[in-house]
Amino acid sequence: MQRAAATTPALTEDSAIVAALRRGDEAVFTTLVNAYSTSLLRLAQDFVRTRAVAEEVVQETWLAVLNGIDRFEGRSTFKTWLYRILVNKAKTRGVREARTIPFSALAPDGDDEPAVPEDRFRGPDDQWPGHWASPPVPLDTIPEQRLLAREARGRIAEALETLPDSQRVVVMLRDIAGWESEEVCEALGLTEGNQRVLLHRGRAKLRAAFERYLEED
Amino acid sequence: MAMPEKTDLTCNELVELVTDYLEGALPTHDRLDFEHHLVWCSWCRDYLDHMRRTIELTGGPDESEPPSPLREQLLDAFKDWKRTRET
Repeated sequence: MQRAAATTPALTEDSAIVAALRRGDEAVFTTLVNAYSTSLLRLAQDFVRTRAVAEEVVQETWLAVLNGIDRFEGRSTFKTWLYRILVNKAKTRGVREARTIPFSALAPDGDDEPAVPEDRFRGPDDQWPGHWASPPVPLDTIPEQRLLAREARGRIAEALETLPDSQRVVVMLRDIAGWESEEVCEALGLTEGNQRVLLHRGRAKLRAAFERYLEED
Repeated sequence: MAMPEKTDLTCNELVELVTDYLEGALPTHDRLDFEHHLVWCSWCRDYLDHMRRTIELTGGPDESEPPSPLREQLLDAFKDWKRTRET
């Protein structure tokens, strides 16, 4: 038997993850903790007052994962389930602390910056007003290595950090946790339209950070 | 690159519709305008590529390890859980 397959399943293979946790595989648990805890912690901090409480929420989440693993039926992905537990626990703590983010009130949050700065487009007097003056760099001219670099992900993570809370939470739940929009709306008390506006503004800023990275030497 | 008719969607307008497009939330007529624009505008195709790649990278593996005390606490909790489970 291949030794590697038994101890380090790819994190994308849910059935392997679940089977490993059920048999108490510490290596797999460690890999999962390393892969997800930073994001979980970041997200929890948007719901509770302090970093210490956010850390407790992350601990409670992993314990709930372990205690619930026998009942996990794979109707959602492991990752979606994991973040669902985190958000439920963080919301409960946030309510107890009277610090629930009023996401519905935050909704389109006075941030009406365009997705791309106006000066990247041709002005009203141009023959083709509103069309690109300074277009985005085509990705097929960039070496794949550079696109896949750890640094590319790092730049996006930094930009995520600077988003307004409501945009960051929506982007994390959609693009990191892999939730469907309906679930995000329900968890945060947002309308579909507001959820999309927050997602749009958040993603546009992350794309801008990605583009800045591509344009560096 | 072929230049558009004046009545078409502009690039500036298109970039604001990208999320609605990816979410499948554009009404049919707007979606057809959007897709028509993409046929002749390689720059907006590049923009959409950027957006798709950004979304992929956002959800990609997180390279930053969790803070040390938390990490150790979690591994200890795992060992406790495993012990209880085996008895």
